[in-house]
Amino acid sequence: MPPKPLKSSLALAVGLMLLAAAATARAASPEEQGFEIAARSDRSDRGFGDNRVRLKMVLRNAAGAEATRSLEIATLEVPDEDVGDKSLIVFDSPRDIDGTALLSHAKIIDPDDQWLYLPALKRVKRISSVNKSGPFVGSEFAFEDFTALELKKYDYKYIHSEPCGEMTCDVVERYPRYEYSGYVKQLSWIDQEVFQVRKVEFYDRRGDLLKTLSLEDYRLYEDKYWRAQKLAMVNHQTGKSTDLIYEDYVFGVGLGDRDFIKGVLQRIR
Amino acid sequence: MALALTAAALLSVPSVAGAQSPKLSGSIGSEVRLFFEEPKFDGQFDDPLAGIQPSLLAEPELSYDSQDRRHQFNLAPFLRLDARDGDRSHADLREGYWRYIGGDWEVLLGVNRVFWGVTESRHLVNMINQIDAVEDIDEEDFLGQPMVNLATQQDWGRVDLFVMPGFRERTFPGRNGRLRPGIPVDENAAQYDSELARGQPDTALRYSHFFGDFDLGAYYFYGNGREPRLVPGGRGTRLEPRYDLIHQGGLDLQYTDEAWLWKLEAIVREGQGDPFGAAVAGVEYTFFQAFESDADLGLLAEFLYDGRDEDDAPPTAFDEDVFFGTRLALNDVQDTTALLGAIVDVEDGSTSLFFEAERRLGDSWKLEFEVRAFLGIADSNPASSFENDDFALLRLSYFF
Repeated sequence: MPPKPLKSSLALAVGLMLLAAAATARAASPEEQGFEIAARSDRSDRGFGDNRVRLKMVLRNAAGAEATRSLEIATLEVPDEDVGDKSLIVFDSPRDIDGTALLSHAKIIDPDDQWLYLPALKRVKRISSVNKSGPFVGSEFAFEDFTALELKKYDYKYIHSEPCGEMTCDVVERYPRYEYSGYVKQLSWIDQEVFQVRKVEFYDRRGDLLKTLSLEDYRLYEDKYWRAQKLAMVNHQTGKSTDLIYEDYVFGVGLGDRDFIKGVLQRIR
Repeated sequence: MALALTAAALLSVPSVAGAQSPKLSGSIGSEVRLFFEEPKFDGQFDDPLAGIQPSLLAEPELSYDSQDRRHQFNLAPFLRLDARDGDRSHADLREGYWRYIGGDWEVLLGVNRVFWGVTESRHLVNMINQIDAVEDIDEEDFLGQPMVNLATQQDWGRVDLFVMPGFRERTFPGRNGRLRPGIPVDENAAQYDSELARGQPDTALRYSHFFGDFDLGAYYFYGNGREPRLVPGGRGTRLEPRYDLIHQGGLDLQYTDEAWLWKLEAIVREGQGDPFGAAVAGVEYTFFQAFESDADLGLLAEFLYDGRDEDDAPPTAFDEDVFFGTRLALNDVQDTTALLGAIVDVEDGSTSLFFEAERRLGDSWKLEFEVRAFLGIADSNPASSFENDDFALLRLSYFF
């Protein structure tokens, strides 16, 4: 009876090959691969809850002249991937905008909800957040560079893998799904070790390279959450640049929804 | 609960961000107003320096937050020294309070400023603070108001209760000053409808929240109205402020639809002649990154209506007016902004034109420029006493 096992092993082998082929075909979709890489990176940060950090912005023009701003950002994680996180930014310099605050409730596809607090008149203003691609406080960062970090704000495509510093990075293109983006696409480098974004290139609506963001000096908090301590954005078209220099993050501050509601803006200082 | 955790986190991590030590901030500035025309009334300054009105300003602020951020202390005096109008030289305590934040509740004791409203041409619903009218005629400078403010923030909105002992009387330019009524106002001759006069404890209850793209505020106020009637006295040599006891309900609403902001402010007031309503409704549209630049250009239009009693209520220039304006924000490193606007009386054509611009210089200085002109003011319009008071203003401030 030798033919029978032969036949069945053959059938099994063919079956396995078909399965493998199907699996390879699925994995081969660059869009799915890109999404998986981005999702793995995004999910490495899941569960951080809340944090608060002080940072300094250093703005440089093409001639190298510097201006600085200092601010504090508090962030509340909204675990649902279909809803964005909440954030509260409070400036303390330049001194004439001391106490100016921006509260954002990020959305995925719709414009975010944003309120601005102007301390000179003690006025809380709901503002239009269509202005995603405009400069944020005169810097080379646009609003969307800060707030559009949600996984589902983009479609993805895996390009290839290449060395980046001492690591290997997956290079993934991402295309904004939300309206009013200033970018037609972004090219992101995500390392294969701890899955953090190391570099992003931004291409303007004409498809030309506009800016490059380098994320440097990653530090591990709470044994789980990676944060870059320096973000350097260079605008290739104007020669201007902006560095964000972060102090230590504080996780587990104990913030909740009611610390990120419009009504708290009038007690900001 | 959240704040208890905050406290625990802050205590266990002393390196946490935030100003726990007393912080001194604020600004000092110098200002020149230049009036282009001869004054309309006797006594108003015009020589030997023609229409030049220099003054100095100081607005320091001392604040302290306890380590757990539950207690806030603030002290913010204001001082102006004016070379031409003794009544414009004045000091005020804009803020001086202690606030305690305990979870969903907060309480504030002391002097504070509170702003309500959404429209640009007139701040109709804004009610807590008296206008410091000697500062400017744009009704955006306010005197500190003593108060007890109890507030709660819930998922369904914020509720504020204000009890305000110690009424603040409106300031007015003196006999030498420009931008005043034909007969000078004697602030010391104020009279009250309420038997308790200045001791009348004013009260206000306000609810505010947002629902999707709608932001809503609504309140009820009872007490001394902030707007006085001005009644001739002293055989016609002075105007005496009369403060009436009023009931007022107010509503402010904004609908934010992408680059469009739709705005409404409305009040109903009782206690000054027949009960009346007033409203400001308008729209603001912004072209973001206009003309392929980083600048934002906004267009504003508002309609103003005020149905007040002509005999028994304080006069208003905003009985039936339209406002058109354009706002430019360059979004540059120096935060340069400008606003050009005109308010036109639909019935008599009286027009108030204004231009405001500001720009930061270096890190710590700010330069502000303002022009205001009154065109074709009808004799019957309350603004007619300002018709010779077109002015330009330059202010340089240092922030620390």
